[in-house]
Amino acid sequence: MSLLVEMNDKAMKLGIPLSVHIDVTYRCNERCVHCYLDHDDKGEMTTAEIKNVLDQLAEAGVFFLVFSGGEVFMRQDFLEIVEYARGLQFNVKVKTNGVMIHEYEAQRLRDLGVEQVQLSVYSHRPHVHDAITKLPGSLKRTINSIRFLKWHGLKVTMSNVLMTVNRDDQAGTHALAKQLGVAYTLDPTVTPKLDGDTSILTLRVEEDNLDELFADPDLVGDVEEFCAPPLPPDEDVMEGYSCSAGHTSCYINPYGEVFPCVQFPLPTGNLRSQKFADIWYRSPQMEEVRSIKVKDLTVCSSCSHAGTCTRCPGLAYMEGSMRGPSSSDCEKSFHRTGIPSANMLRKAGLAAGGPLIQIQPIPA
Amino acid sequence: MPDTYIARSTAIAARMLGGEMMIMSAVDSTFFTLNEVATVIWQAADGRTTLSEIIEHRVCPEFEVEPDVARRDAEQFVDELSQHGILLVSDQPILETKSITAEAQ
Repeated sequence: MSLLVEMNDKAMKLGIPLSVHIDVTYRCNERCVHCYLDHDDKGEMTTAEIKNVLDQLAEAGVFFLVFSGGEVFMRQDFLEIVEYARGLQFNVKVKTNGVMIHEYEAQRLRDLGVEQVQLSVYSHRPHVHDAITKLPGSLKRTINSIRFLKWHGLKVTMSNVLMTVNRDDQAGTHALAKQLGVAYTLDPTVTPKLDGDTSILTLRVEEDNLDELFADPDLVGDVEEFCAPPLPPDEDVMEGYSCSAGHTSCYINPYGEVFPCVQFPLPTGNLRSQKFADIWYRSPQMEEVRSIKVKDLTVCSSCSHAGTCTRCPGLAYMEGSMRGPSSSDCEKSFHRTGIPSANMLRKAGLAAGGPLIQIQPIPA
Repeated sequence: MPDTYIARSTAIAARMLGGEMMIMSAVDSTFFTLNEVATVIWQAADGRTTLSEIIEHRVCPEFEVEPDVARRDAEQFVDELSQHGILLVSDQPILETKSITAEAQ
């Protein structure tokens, strides 16, 4: 077991929030077609408020800190915030579109000891990327930024979201990452907007694209292992949890509201009127999220994928119940292994109006 | 052997977790956890106190260990962390560790 896994297990047992994701702003200079945010500023935390939050997070034992947005560099005080965070000895990762990173910003991030910078790139072709970001020239500026960051020795990851509008460019974008010498991640997840609007879900790729992705060793490693049928869930799985949301991690938005995860829009408290420790340890919503074990899930507890599924409780919450299934993860499990999930079988049964499973004795 | 001064680098991330110190190097992402004794040395590494003083005044009384044994273990620990740039070592007081702010100006 690696040291990091050991530390994570320890944090889980002690109830320590090891990782926190903070969106310092929702303002952005891009208008990505798949973005789930409202970019209007509805009263962001001030520099002093964010520093106070960081003090509280350090006190609570947070080690990994992700700064994201919106576009983080839309805040003129962003580097001051990073400097303060590094002074508190957080491990800091920054997510950005990079279009405002030039020589100075890259050097400053390096000097501040930022662990990693993750930049969003949706295509290797300018007209495709720029059509997604709706910012002319954005791919060129983002690539320049990657070069500045790499030149200064920072660890850089290029992250792509696979959608209907860029699915044909996946291989080219991956090749661009290799050419630039940076890591590459690909996520086929498009989530509903935070206000509940699901119109952007039409950007989700079709099932055939998932099959292709899961058969690509460049993306998933050992395909046979990745696509192996799930083992029957054992007691450890049933007594375990879906993910770290609310257990060892949480999300803070620009207005000081705290959620179990960036993809889990269940409000648990506000740092403008409450202490972080009070929200983390005593909010009824956090306690409820933490109380849900795999065995408590309404459909997934009977699913053969229970031990290997990437089930997102936040997406399940947006679908109707934090104890229910997350359909997009059901689809991923199915396309990964060829075995339908309990939720898919249930839906098929409901649609057909018949029983889920028919058992017929074999004639003697 | 001349005595050594040790100071914590600023190019690290660090946090206490259940009595153990977690440290990650911002230079090479190496991850360390320190036991209680090492954590005491780490916390006392202010650049102005010698390793001998740390052992004599902090480690030996708190952990009831013989000075020779404590020194041998401490030197090994300091050597390992200094190789990863996590501890700065000098035969002179380290009055100012590399400040994050100053470095960038």
